[in-house]
Order: sequence, then C-alpha cells, then structure tokens
Amino acid sequence: MGVTSKLGNLGVVTTTLDQAVNWARTGAMWPLLFGLACCAIEYMSTQCSHYDLSRFGMELNRATPRQADLLIVSGRVTRKMAPVVRQLYDQMADPKWVISMGDCASCGGVYNNYAVVQGVDEIIPVDVYVAGCPPRPEQLLHGILTLHQKVQSETIADWA
Amino acid sequence: MNLIRGFQTTFKHVLEEPVTIQYPEEMRPFKERFKGRHELKRYDNGLEKCIGCALCAAACPADAIWVEAAENTDEERFSPGERYAKTYEINMLRCIFCGYCEDACPTEAIVLTREHRLSFTDRRDAIYTKEMLIEAPTEGVEATPQQVEPGKYTRSIPDMEDAK
Repeated sequence: MGVTSKLGNLGVVTTTLDQAVNWARTGAMWPLLFGLACCAIEYMSTQCSHYDLSRFGMELNRATPRQADLLIVSGRVTRKMAPVVRQLYDQMADPKWVISMGDCASCGGVYNNYAVVQGVDEIIPVDVYVAGCPPRPEQLLHGILTLHQKVQSETIADWA
Repeated sequence: MNLIRGFQTTFKHVLEEPVTIQYPEEMRPFKERFKGRHELKRYDNGLEKCIGCALCAAACPADAIWVEAAENTDEERFSPGERYAKTYEINMLRCIFCGYCEDACPTEAIVLTREHRLSFTDRRDAIYTKEMLIEAPTEGVEATPQQVEPGKYTRSIPDMEDAK
C-alpha cells in the first residue's frame, strides 16, 4: 500500500523520513483548548509552571480545531455533548490524535446511566487511555509520553 | 517612576529559580493519601491473603472488580480457609481509586500502592489480571499453589503468630 507499493522498498529514505516526520510531530503537538469536567482542572494544572507542557512543545492550546493536532477528552461526555465532540474531531486536520483522559471519558466511570456516553471511543477513535479519577498531572504527562511512543512507532508506509 | 516600579516586579521574577519539575526524570512528592494501582498481598509464608469473598467487588462504586472464587484443597492451597480467588480482575479504566475495596477487605489483601503510571493504547490492556496484581512472594518462599499438611489452614483468617 502507498509509497512502498508504488516505488518499491525505499529503505533508508523512508526510515530517515519517518524519523524526521515523527520528530516534528512529537515535538509540536498542539492540543485543542477543550475541557469537559474535573479532569480539565488537572489538565490546566498540567499546563501551568510546575508541570509545564511546553517542555513537550504543547504550550499552545489552539482554540480552533483546524489548528490542533491533539484532542484531550478531559471529562465525561454526555449524550448532548457527543455530537459536539464528534464535530470537533471531524474538523481537526490530519494527522490527529485523541487522548481519553480519565475514567469517565474512557468508559463512563461511575456514571453508568442514560445521560453519559459509556466511553468516548464509541464516537471517536482513541489513541491513548489515561486511567485515574481524575488523573494527576503526572499521569496525564505519562499518557502524553505514551502517545509520543506510539507516534514514533508510526511509519510512512502505513499512511502514505 | 511608575515604569521602574512596574519593572521591579518583572525583574524580581527573572532572578527567581524556575519552579518546573522535569517530570519523567524527577517527580513531585505525592501526598500521603495518594492512591494508585492495586496490589494483592501475601502472608509471609507465601499464601495469598485474598479469600475470594468478593466484598471488594460489592463495595466498588464503579463496578471495576471481578472476582471468581474456587475451592482450596490441601494439595493445592492458594489461601487459608475454604476458598481463594481463582479470577481477580480490575479494570483500571473503570476504577476511580477511592480505596473502598481496601476498606471492605476482611483480610487486608488488597492495597492501593503509589504506582501512578497507568496509560494504555488499547483498552484491553487496562484489565489487570490476578497475575499482574499479586505481589511476588518473598525470596525463598514457595509461591502458590502450595501443598500443605491437612487441617493446618482451616480458617480464612489464620491463627498464625503475628500474622502479616
């Protein structure tokens, strides 16, 4: 599929390009300015000086989904909010990633009722799930590092 | 004049030490009451503390725990008393780390540790099985199942001297 099927195995070219692309992607992954519930408070403190997401090139919370690479679903998604989350995700430009932060976003958590979506992965694909209720900033940072690992393992042969 | 006074505040902060904690390398000390990943404990003789009563599952407000009990025999003994937990699963994405399971446990088998690294790329990885949760036996102690002499461990909470 893609580049390798058209041009054959390019070996060193694709691997070097992979490294460069993945370095750029992990180095400046701008999150969407988007918070839903109490997890958003922890997300805010992750942005603040003590944890400082700008160390990972993520200091810029984009208020428009067109300029964002990463959607951090921080909090429970209600059925009323679900179409909004889906629309925000659809409006983000590729490549895009999703972190499901906390129990409620991941599987509904304690809110096992008709009003809450039982896991945001019912409506959008999720790359990394972060456990915790709410996760500490360290736990969110660990989730972001897990996502970086995942992005670094991606290769051009899969998507081009 | 006001300009100088205004910049005084700015320059005072320029000389301050940065407050950022470089997370993966160094960590901010967690609060005493922080609760993280669970661990199933053992007695000093290697037997599991968990007796499979599923009180933790009943106490869990998020329904994150699944326990299936089975019978102990003296040839294959996992825990003191009649039953042991054959299956013990905790869904880390459901768990809200409230510690009610710890409070409900009659044998103090389940304990919330301070491990905080809990992110998963697949939600199936979030289900921690008994093998992942149980602590390793202390060195030189036989792991479960053990073969024991009949009639030694008849009670779920054993009369061991200074049971730990």
